[in-house]
Amino acid sequence: MSDVEEAITRAHHDEWARVVAALARRFGDLDIAEEAVAEAFATAVERWPADGVPPNPGAWLTTTANRKAIDRIRRENKRDDKHREAQMTYDDPPEPVGAIDDDRLRLIFTCCHPALAMEARVALTLRMVGGLTVPEIARAFLVQGTTMERRITRAKAKIKAARIPYRMPSADDLPARVSGVLAVLFLVFNEGYLASGPDTDPVRHDLTAEAIRLTRLIRALLPQDGEVAGLLALMLLIEARRAARVSAGGELVALDEQDREAWDAELIAEGHRLVRERLAAAAAGVAPGRYQILAAINAVHTSARDIGDTDWPQVLGLYDQLVRLDPSPIIALNRAIAVAELDGPEVALAIVDGLAEVLAGYHAYHATRADLLRRLGHSRQSRAAYDRAIELAGNTGETAYLTRRRDQLR
Amino acid sequence: MRYLVSVIDDKSNPGSTDRRPAISAFNERLIAEGYWVFSGGLADTDAATVIDNRGEQAVFSDGPFVESKEYLAGVWVWEAPDLDVALKLAAEASKVCDRKIEVRPFQ
Repeated sequence: MSDVEEAITRAHHDEWARVVAALARRFGDLDIAEEAVAEAFATAVERWPADGVPPNPGAWLTTTANRKAIDRIRRENKRDDKHREAQMTYDDPPEPVGAIDDDRLRLIFTCCHPALAMEARVALTLRMVGGLTVPEIARAFLVQGTTMERRITRAKAKIKAARIPYRMPSADDLPARVSGVLAVLFLVFNEGYLASGPDTDPVRHDLTAEAIRLTRLIRALLPQDGEVAGLLALMLLIEARRAARVSAGGELVALDEQDREAWDAELIAEGHRLVRERLAAAAAGVAPGRYQILAAINAVHTSARDIGDTDWPQVLGLYDQLVRLDPSPIIALNRAIAVAELDGPEVALAIVDGLAEVLAGYHAYHATRADLLRRLGHSRQSRAAYDRAIELAGNTGETAYLTRRRDQLR
Repeated sequence: MRYLVSVIDDKSNPGSTDRRPAISAFNERLIAEGYWVFSGGLADTDAATVIDNRGEQAVFSDGPFVESKEYLAGVWVWEAPDLDVALKLAAEASKVCDRKIEVRPFQ
């Protein structure tokens, strides 16, 4: 890659969200902002190789995008009263300057607004904040480009027509709105981590990396928020195990069989630092949310030298805490895995069987059951449970893993 | 920005019928805070008549334009600065009316 190409890539990475956010604020229209910034980057690709990289690429891009936006507005003669009336609302004068007063945060909160459908929030966040192109997002979610284009266009139209505001949520709403943003980012991460689709790679690094990048951005903007720190730690500790999680043959490798030498020590250290920060806050009386507890569970696993070294009582204690916060059957299922280590597979199986009704359609329920039945020596029942899990699993690496485990049954 | 706020009831699972005093109090607050433009509860959908005068002659037909389990039980029109304000009020309205609420912007 040439120096200029590298500068453009870096500017895209560092400046996209900032420039889109600034334009959205100035022109009160996401559509105009998105198009103008895309055009400004196209101009940079054309001009920088000949003119050289400007000393301040961000300022150059903002100025160029502003001009493009004004051109478009003039062209469309949209500066009539009707247009002004349809503009997005934002605080004016802005709130006191501080980490929280950042146009990018407004942009994120608008893209993740609860009045938009979840899939629209995901697409809009990746486009507006992440700067991914529509075809890239379409590929990531295995839908047609035109479908994704429609989804994004429709979301932008709703923001405009219903006047979804471009501003920080009120202090009362902030925790719920932050949790909505985190849900979007975790969904992007999980789609990358457990990619579905028959011909898809088991782990899609582009999506996990993008989710981590955006979570880092939110962390920089909301450094005091415990759940933001928790989600970032959780993602880092999962991402750290990526290389060990899929075998050379594309099969998923379970935690107990992973080569822990292949884990990324740097990501683990960063994740552990964040978890320790939150533990200190918890010790000072701030109750941790679910991402922080999930991160702590992953910190326990990534602290163990091998599976036998795992501090299972601590894992179970954390799951007990999590169940109180979130009594969902999926959490109960994961808790049962820790129970199996402490109290044996029979006790765990009783818990898992109690979840049959609600989790019958969930592959991990059958996979967990299959493993417990195998450990108890019930091969025939175990095989049936593996069969069901394989039928339901959407991830190619997982299917391969489950098939091998089934075929190893005596 | 004006929003049409629809109160949705369900024939097979109707909301409670003792909401009138709470709704009146809520309306008074909406008026005092400057959000209220219009409000009204609607008679049963059986009382509706559909008129089609697109052809030669006006045709009247008995009943609502679409038969459904869920139906419009009442409407508000609110003036609110943005959707966040409207959604917050609508969340309260849903409790006050003991029914689902739809918020839809005017053009």
